[in-house]
Amino acid sequence: MSGHGVALRVVACGKTFADGTRALAPVTLDVGRGETAVLLGPSGCGKTTLLRIIAGLETPDPGGRVLFGDSDVTGVPIERRNVGMVFQSYALFPNMNVADNIGYGLKVRGVGEAERKARVAALVALTGIEGLERRRIDQLSGGQRQRVALARAVAVQPSVLLLDEPLTALDAALRERLRGELNRLLRTLGITTIYVTHDQAEAMALGDRIVVMREGAIAQIGTPRAVYFAPENRFVAEFVGAANLIEAACNGATLALPGGTLPVADGALHGPATAMIRPEAIKIVPAENASLIGLVDSVSFLGDRQRVLISAAATKVITADVPNAIALAAGDRVGLSVEPAAIRLLPGDTT
Amino acid sequence: MRARAIFVAQLTFTLLVAAFLIVPALQSMLAGVTANYFRGIRSGVTLQWVLQVWQLYADTILRSFVIAFATLGVTLVVGVPAAYGLHLRGDRLSRAVEEIITLPLAIPGLAIALALLLTYGGLGSFRRSWLFILVGHVVFTLPFMVRSVMAIFAATDVKTLDETAASLGASPLRRFRDVIVPYARPGILAGSLMVVTLLLGEFNLTWMLHTPLTKTLPVGLADSYASMRLEIASAYTLVFFVMIIPLLVAMQIFAGCRNEPAGPRR
Ligand SMILES: Nc1ncnc2c1ncn2[C@@H]1O[C@H](COP(=O)(O)OP(=O)(O)OP(=O)(O)O)[C@@H](O)[C@H]1O
Ligand SMILES: [Mg+2]
Repeated sequence: MSGHGVALRVVACGKTFADGTRALAPVTLDVGRGETAVLLGPSGCGKTTLLRIIAGLETPDPGGRVLFGDSDVTGVPIERRNVGMVFQSYALFPNMNVADNIGYGLKVRGVGEAERKARVAALVALTGIEGLERRRIDQLSGGQRQRVALARAVAVQPSVLLLDEPLTALDAALRERLRGELNRLLRTLGITTIYVTHDQAEAMALGDRIVVMREGAIAQIGTPRAVYFAPENRFVAEFVGAANLIEAACNGATLALPGGTLPVADGALHGPATAMIRPEAIKIVPAENASLIGLVDSVSFLGDRQRVLISAAATKVITADVPNAIALAAGDRVGLSVEPAAIRLLPGDTT
Repeated sequence: MRARAIFVAQLTFTLLVAAFLIVPALQSMLAGVTANYFRGIRSGVTLQWVLQVWQLYADTILRSFVIAFATLGVTLVVGVPAAYGLHLRGDRLSRAVEEIITLPLAIPGLAIALALLLTYGGLGSFRRSWLFILVGHVVFTLPFMVRSVMAIFAATDVKTLDETAASLGASPLRRFRDVIVPYARPGILAGSLMVVTLLLGEFNLTWMLHTPLTKTLPVGLADSYASMRLEIASAYTLVFFVMIIPLLVAMQIFAGCRNEPAGPRR
C-alpha cells in the first residue's frame, strides 16, 4: 500500500482570523508526491494554521488556493479531501475500541466488513500494536495511542497525510524511538506528508525538506542539510541548531576579529558581515601558530563531547563543541581554527 | 468506646431525619388503603380507593407519561444539537443564547404559562390539545438538557474529535451520530433523568395551562385533594409513588450503566 500520495501545492494562502489576528502572510509551497515536508518554527508562527488550511479546516483568505495534484480543492470540505490527520492530542474516539478507531474511515467509505478487517489487521501489524485491537482507548499508553492515531489516519490511504506535533505529548526517550518508527513508516507508505513540529531534531530526522516559519511567513525552505549548513538568514541559523553569529569586517579573504583572523572561502564580500559558525565546526589547536586566539571561559562536559565557551576571540563569547578527550580548563589560552567552507556569511542586517 | 458513642449518635440522628421525611409519605400512602381515615387503620384495609383513583384518573396518568416522554423527545432532538452548536461557536452570541434559554428557570412557571396563554391562547384547537402543555414543558426543561450536555462538551476537546471524524470522510450528520452523541451520552442521560423527574412532578405551569381534558398527574392530585375524600387523594399519592419510583430507579440504573466499560463493540 504505497504511493497513494499526490503532489501538493499551496498558492498564496494567507489567513486573517475573524478577530483580526493575521496568523499567516500569503505563503506559497510545493510539496512533491510522496515527499515529507516539515513545518518548523516557534510557537505561534502559524504552522497549525497552514496545516489546517491544507486540511480544509480553515479557509484561506481570498486569493489563496490549495491544489492536490491537478485538482483545486480550495472550496472542498475536509470530508471530501481524502486527507489523513493526526492531532497532538490524538483525538481517538472514546466510544470505539482500537480496531473500530482504525477502521472508522473505511467504514464511512462503505468498505465491506471482510476487507475492512483485513486492512485493519495489516495496519495493526505495520504499526506494531498487535494484541490491542479490542482494547478501549483509555487502556492504552501514550505511545500506543499515537500508533493507533497514525494507523487510523493512513487506513484511508489519504492523498496527503497531515501530522500536527504527533510526538510532542510523549516523553523524550519514547519520542526518539517513535520518531525512528515514524520515519520508516512514512518511507514505506510513500504518502505525501506535512509534519508540524517545533523540535528541530525531529524536523531534521523526518523531513525531506524543512519549511522554517517565522511570524506567519516562510523564512526558508530547503533540505535539512541546506537549512543547517546554509541558513539564509539569522533567524534560521539560530532556530535550527546552535550557531555562533559573529559580527566582523571581511576583506574578501579573511575575517578580522579581536583575537586574530579567520580565512573565509573565495568570493566573500567586502565590508561588515555576520559570520555563522556551528559550534562543532570550531577546532581547538595549539595557540603558538594559530591565526585566532581566545581564552577558555568555561568547559562543560556533556559525555560524548564538551562544550567550551571562549572569550576574547570575537566580539561575543564563542561556543565550541570539541572532542571529549581534549584536556581544557578555564583560563587556558587556546588557538581556534575553522574550515573556510564551514563559515557562512549572512546578509548583514537581516534578522 | 467514644468512637462508638459518636457513631451511634450519628446513626440515630440520620435515622431521625430520614424518619421525619419518610413517615409522612408512608402515612399518606397508608391512608390510601384505609377504609375510613377518621376511624384509622382499625376500620380495615381496602383497595377500593386505589381502584376508584384508577377509574377516575387512568387517562390522566397515561397522558402524564405521554407528555413527559414527548417533551423528553423534543428536548433531545432540539437540545443536543443546540448544545453542540453553541459549544462550537462559543462566541458572545452563543453565550447570549445560552442565557436566554436558561431564563425560564428564574421566572415563575405561572408567569411563563401566562405568557403562553396570552400569546397562543387564541389558537383554539392548539390551546385545547395536550400539545399546548408540551410546549410549556419544553420551555421549562430545555435549559436542563442543553446545560448538562454542554457541561460534557466543555470538559474536553470534542471539536478535535469532530474534525478527526471529518478528516476520515464522515459527513456532519454522520459524525454527529457516530462521535458527538456517543461522546455526550453521560450528559444526555443525566439531562433526560432531570427532565423526566421534573416533568412528572411539574404543577405550576401545567395547572395554568391545562383544560379539564388535559390534566397531568400532579394536577389530578390537586384536583382530588380539592374535591374528593381524603382517602382518594391519598390513594392517588400511592398510585403516583408506585408509578414514579420504579421509573426513576430504572432510569438511574440505565444512566449508571454508562460508567461501566463499554466493552468491545461489534
Ligand atoms: N481561531 C483563531 N482565532 C484567532 N487567532 C487564532 C486562531 N487560531 C490561531 N490563532 C492565532 O494565529 C497565530 C498562529 O497560530 P498557530 O496555531 O498556527 O501557531 P503554531 O505555529 O501552530 O503554534 P504552536 O507551535 O504553539 O502550536 C497565533 O498567534 C494564534 O494565536
Ligand atoms: Mg500548533
